[in-house]
Amino acid sequence: MNWWLPPQASTFAPSIDLGFLVILIITGITFVLVEVGLIVFVIRYRQRPGQKAHYTHGSTPAEVIWTAIPAVTMVILGIVSNGLWVKIKGRNSVPANAYTIGVHAKQFEWWITYPGPDGKLGRTSTSLIQKTTNPTGLDPDDPASKDDIVVRNQLHVPAGRPVVVYLSSEDVIHSFYVPQFRVRQDVVPGLEIKAWFEATVPGQYELGCSMLCGMGHYKMRAQVFVHTQADFDAWVAQRASQAKGEGTS
Amino acid sequence: MSQAMADAMSPPFPAERGLDVYNKKLGMWIFLASEVMFFGALIGSYVILRFGAPGEWARPGVVLNIKITAFNTFLLICSSVSMVKAYASIADGDPKKMKFWLLMTILGGACFVGIQVFEYIHLVERGFLPSGVREGSELAELVTAGTLPGATMGLYGSTFFTMTGFHGFHVTCGVLSMLYLYLTKALPGKFTTTDYAGIEVVGLYWHFVDLVWIILFTIVYLV
Amino acid sequence: MSTVAAAAHTAHAHHDDRSFIRKYIFSTDHKIIGIQFLFLSLFFLLVGGILAMQIRWQLGFPGKPMPGGTLLPETMAPGGVILPEYYIQLVTMHGTFMVFFAIMLLLVGVYANFLIPLKIGAHDMAFPRINMASFWSAVASGIVMLASMYVPDGAARAGWTMYVPLSAREDLSGAALGQQLWSVSIILFGLSSVLGSLNYITTVINNRAPGMTWFRMPLSIWALFITAILGLLAVPVLAGAAIMLLFEQVLGTHFFDPASGGQALLWQHLFWFFGHPEVYILILPAMGMVSDMIANGSRKPIFGYHSMVFAICGIAFLGWIVWGHHMFVSGMNPTLGSSFMVSTLLIAVPSAIKVFNWMGTMWRGNLRFHVPMLNAIGFVAMFTIGGLSGIFMAATPVDMFIHDTYFIVAHIHYVLFGGSLFAIFGAIAYWFPKMFGRMMSERWGKVHFWLTMVFYNCTFFPMHIIGMAGHMRRLYDPTIYDFLKPVQPMNEFISWSAFALFASQAIFFVNFWWSMFKGEKAPLNPWEDNGLEWTLPSPAPHGNWETPPTVYRGPYEFSAPGVSEDYLPQTKKLPTDREPALTPAGGH
Repeated sequence: MNWWLPPQASTFAPSIDLGFLVILIITGITFVLVEVGLIVFVIRYRQRPGQKAHYTHGSTPAEVIWTAIPAVTMVILGIVSNGLWVKIKGRNSVPANAYTIGVHAKQFEWWITYPGPDGKLGRTSTSLIQKTTNPTGLDPDDPASKDDIVVRNQLHVPAGRPVVVYLSSEDVIHSFYVPQFRVRQDVVPGLEIKAWFEATVPGQYELGCSMLCGMGHYKMRAQVFVHTQADFDAWVAQRASQAKGEGTS
Repeated sequence: MSQAMADAMSPPFPAERGLDVYNKKLGMWIFLASEVMFFGALIGSYVILRFGAPGEWARPGVVLNIKITAFNTFLLICSSVSMVKAYASIADGDPKKMKFWLLMTILGGACFVGIQVFEYIHLVERGFLPSGVREGSELAELVTAGTLPGATMGLYGSTFFTMTGFHGFHVTCGVLSMLYLYLTKALPGKFTTTDYAGIEVVGLYWHFVDLVWIILFTIVYLV
Repeated sequence: MSTVAAAAHTAHAHHDDRSFIRKYIFSTDHKIIGIQFLFLSLFFLLVGGILAMQIRWQLGFPGKPMPGGTLLPETMAPGGVILPEYYIQLVTMHGTFMVFFAIMLLLVGVYANFLIPLKIGAHDMAFPRINMASFWSAVASGIVMLASMYVPDGAARAGWTMYVPLSAREDLSGAALGQQLWSVSIILFGLSSVLGSLNYITTVINNRAPGMTWFRMPLSIWALFITAILGLLAVPVLAGAAIMLLFEQVLGTHFFDPASGGQALLWQHLFWFFGHPEVYILILPAMGMVSDMIANGSRKPIFGYHSMVFAICGIAFLGWIVWGHHMFVSGMNPTLGSSFMVSTLLIAVPSAIKVFNWMGTMWRGNLRFHVPMLNAIGFVAMFTIGGLSGIFMAATPVDMFIHDTYFIVAHIHYVLFGGSLFAIFGAIAYWFPKMFGRMMSERWGKVHFWLTMVFYNCTFFPMHIIGMAGHMRRLYDPTIYDFLKPVQPMNEFISWSAFALFASQAIFFVNFWWSMFKGEKAPLNPWEDNGLEWTLPSPAPHGNWETPPTVYRGPYEFSAPGVSEDYLPQTKKLPTDREPALTPAGGH
């Protein structure tokens, strides 16, 4: 049984978890103040014979204090959170040296495209999609696509290097979600969306769909492998030497 | 409005001072606020879709008949004028004139709807549908010829028919309401100089419907 | 002056010769309409609960045959085992029924109708026949929504939030007629809601009794009034969106179809532009009624009445500019994410103000723990948790992780059940005497409250924890994921708690129905409250008052100095009171 957030396996995770913890502390203090206050009042001010309630319509100083403190706290929280938000999702947040991976979502599987030795993803087009022979719609006329590796339901990434996934959907809205990376990004048909992250801990994880996408939503799952750079290069080399891979899930 | 009318419109019991607008009129203004939001959603979506469209939008006048619709717009504006005249007539104590102008408004509105139905039929015949352009139709040939941008015709049809269709529905409801008032209250002489709330309230609705049309005509037909 | 004599003096005494049908079925009396909404919404609360039980069965015991499951058709649950396509219908319809047909109708349909004319001193609503139309269109809407579950291909199944393209494409969802009927039902519901809103707004503005100034209105009425404005302006946007969705399926339009230039996110913007004011519609009336009940139970004026009014207005105003916080990871421009984060964090402030003011009301009070007070305090305790959990989601980086997880589900249910529903349980007990002339059982009300409080927290608090572990929403079988297998025991615990919670509601239902016929006969003013409704007989007569009462003070003058009793009705004239500046009849 897990009682806390998942293990951290990306560079974002510690910052996000810290944000979570800070908010937990702030809300925890408030929670205790309110709930303990309620319990104390319920016991101390229960009706007793001869007791009269204290007639008052309020207190302006109290109102000012309990408006100002929450307001200031929220503003500070917002400013601090925004810095992290811009770093992760901002317009120019994707690091220049990020390794590009194409992630094409469809009901109910993930088709992942790796750029191969040339380091560039080939162009894709929805009109070229063929269910069994060209599931991502790779354009054979684009020279960059010749060495692209297409794999079903397996996301391989190197540790210690930023990765940017180019998300596309063939049908409905899906959502790219790897809990241990703390990365989540909706995948919307008609939009080209990028999401970046940097994995830190080699190991095996899971990619889940985090937006209801139909009856197979619950099983739209892919395996995620974080390799050391050396192992990753070896994997790419091995797949590249095969024909466009089918992959096993 | 006259003090006598104002007195007559108020509820017959003492009340705390509200807005100095009698209930039926206040109710109509409030209802119209909800209508602003409804049309706002449709028109806002049109603006978003048009500005985000993956290509050029059809040029004005290629699909839609601006001349006939301009006449229709003029007709609707005239019916708003006749509505004002109906209201002024009864406020001045002339039910006969009010009946005449109310009838003119009803006829104006009915003609507007009739012309719009005729326009729709003609558009569908030429191949214009809510889903876009029908295959093999006259408009489909214009798309092939490049006179119409194929990539955005689907959006064009969707937004055109939805916005003008719901407007036409609202005009129809207005015409029916006015007809109801005409038959049950105007003709039997139930509207008097101290009781013409129905005219004022339906007039508000009618002017609103006219205003929405002026906006739609501009952003759908002319732009 | 004794309250009984006063009531006889001013209560409407004319002979009521309406037929049974006009009196109870096609009634224009706001009180009867309110009671009709009560029966309708309690029915849908039960429907929503039954759907929830099935969801919890599947989540607690994935793939196991459900008790009673063999009653379901083979296409939904062969051998009693819920299918994935049925599961997503369950989550969709549970949300739909609970949000629209249970909570909205319970808070607004029941209490706006029942309370507004009574508490402001009016005979009835401004437009009684439109009020009747509002009820019957809600009935029509409910029938259509129920019917959508019984069509051959089944009900809508894209979540109550109905995101496109899934909801617009029957080839991708499997739902055709069911989805279309959902849209039709929502359009009808929108009509009902707007007709109601325009009644409530007009009545509160124009039909207040002499002396009932704006700042002498009870907070329940302020909240219902502001809620009506929210509904008036937000619900038409939903209606527009539902129409576009219906046309997408039925007329082949392309609003949301990316292949033809449409935009999937357009639906989300429209839906949440409605949806965020909607959630304030789902909480503000509850907050208003809780204020009334807490002041009464504390025998003290509401602490900070003006601040409470401003907080209601502040929540309503800010509620229009936060909708993007439902869309932080949607693919929307991240800069918008920043601005929505700011407005969302700020909206926590007026809610906090309200919680502190409720506590201030109880502070140094003389607390009576009648059933309404218990539920009202429960509201404060639970809503605080729900509101605080919202802060996690407002902070965009954290929201990236908890969006679309059970953390959100916990938040929703803490504010809607822990908040609104507890307030509703209290309100039902509180105004039951004025509705039916009898009291609900105090003892069974307390048993129900405590059982509900325990099982409710056991059900929903752990959802924060599984959400933190990353448990996504709307998952038919969480055990597919290795990272979720460890929290499956918690799912089972939640399910057992949920079954116990549902079972506990039987106590409420039995109490409600039994008391209506066999409950102790209610006096005029069983709670010793100050509101205008408590000067009328229980139940209140058609037309309420012969002539509107005169109001001399605000609604929360409890334990006022120089008064022998610890309450002071709004209409009781003291020697020191002046008559209000009377607006004569017909003088606007």
